[in-house]
Amino acid sequence: MSVDVPTQPLVLKDRFKQGLAAPICLTWELTYACNLACVHCLSSSGRRDPNELTTAEAMGVIDEMAALQVFYVNVGGGEPMVRADFFDLLSYAVGRKVGVKFSTNGTRISAPRAQQLAAMDYVDIQISVDGADAPTNDAVRGEGSFAAARRAMDNLAAAGFGQFKISVVMTRQNVPQLDALAGLAEHYGAQLRLTRLRPSGRGADTWEQLHPTAAQQRDLYHWLIDRPDVLTGDSFFHLSALGDPLEGLNLCGAGRVVCLIDPVGDVYACPFVIHDEFLAGSVRDRGGFAEVWAHSPLFEELRSPQSAGACASCGSFDACQGGCMAAKFFTGLPLDGPDPECVLGHGETALAALGAHAPLPSVRTDHSRAVQVRLGRKG
Amino acid sequence: MTNAAPVAERALFDAALAWRLHPQVALRDEAFGALAYHYGNRRLVFLKSRALVELVRSLEQYGSAADAIDAIAPPGEAQRYRATLARLCRSEVIDVR
Repeated sequence: MSVDVPTQPLVLKDRFKQGLAAPICLTWELTYACNLACVHCLSSSGRRDPNELTTAEAMGVIDEMAALQVFYVNVGGGEPMVRADFFDLLSYAVGRKVGVKFSTNGTRISAPRAQQLAAMDYVDIQISVDGADAPTNDAVRGEGSFAAARRAMDNLAAAGFGQFKISVVMTRQNVPQLDALAGLAEHYGAQLRLTRLRPSGRGADTWEQLHPTAAQQRDLYHWLIDRPDVLTGDSFFHLSALGDPLEGLNLCGAGRVVCLIDPVGDVYACPFVIHDEFLAGSVRDRGGFAEVWAHSPLFEELRSPQSAGACASCGSFDACQGGCMAAKFFTGLPLDGPDPECVLGHGETALAALGAHAPLPSVRTDHSRAVQVRLGRKG
Repeated sequence: MTNAAPVAERALFDAALAWRLHPQVALRDEAFGALAYHYGNRRLVFLKSRALVELVRSLEQYGSAADAIDAIAPPGEAQRYRATLARLCRSEVIDVR
């Protein structure tokens, strides 16, 4: 959701920590198949999983969302548009008043597809780029990917789609391009959406090289404070320890207001923790998604009071809430301690204490293709 | 993509008029009250008490918002509920019938 919702008083935030009747921000990755191979892919996507939900099963999931009054679902992948039944699922969802916000690399948004999308209600589109120009973007997302994303934006604009979103993962290489990214969005009348780089999936391998420096984090924080209309999906709440809170709920919503359904129907606590440790169940289980959301032991645990651990004595804990669970987990840090990008530097200290050879969590869900785009390759 | 009226055309809140839940808004009950989602402007709004949810759902049955507030708002809370309805009018959760 992205949790693109207005700031609310603390009392409501406390209610959110205890969980909701259904998620506000439900991410659904439709396929692990992807025609790109971004070096920071959260889900290590590439190859389709043979066990992915069938069209009938996917429609069953949509029926559940409609019954639970999930007002909209954030669809991603992989590249969701490579699923042959993508438009069938899109129509099925909006027909049941489950709005769809989908993230795409844009490669499949041809002129006719753009017109088809423009004719639909309750569809929002996020085109991903990770730089304001081809060299910066293509170093992360692969050669030609910036040009493809621009073609998609041009096609949507020509089709009169209306306001789409341009979604950017912030990296050391593109933080200096914040104004240029805002300019790109303005050019299309689009909304800019910035999200945090996580050391999840292939992002674990590239996080060291890509994650913003401490000085860049401060720049980003002040840039965002001046621009409350820029969407962040509540990504940067760890930066709220730098001063006034950023727009949004400013809490980790994992299992409380947020969760992920992956392409094989597995339900995880959030889109950034595709790992057995955060696997709550499957939509294929008896009772379906609703049962997993309401009663899985993992989600019940996440909704119970959490220990602030090493952060308990820090005066900024109320502001940053200890940061992102996924960022801690995949850098080998304890969950009840500082975020690796803690703005007070406690994360760096904790990482240094772990040493260079600390074991990091391994994943069984890697769908990367054998040959990958190399970081730094010029487009 | 959105069907929201421009700000200038939106009705200002007048408790003497008859109101209703906006036809493009869906309510989902939650322990704290309800979530209201507007399918036109895509905004999510939180209704932060059960009584408020009941009030919003019941507006349609009363000749005026003031009558609905009198019937449903807890004693001494009428002014606060009136202010909240004005806020919900601005975010188009409710509209004039």
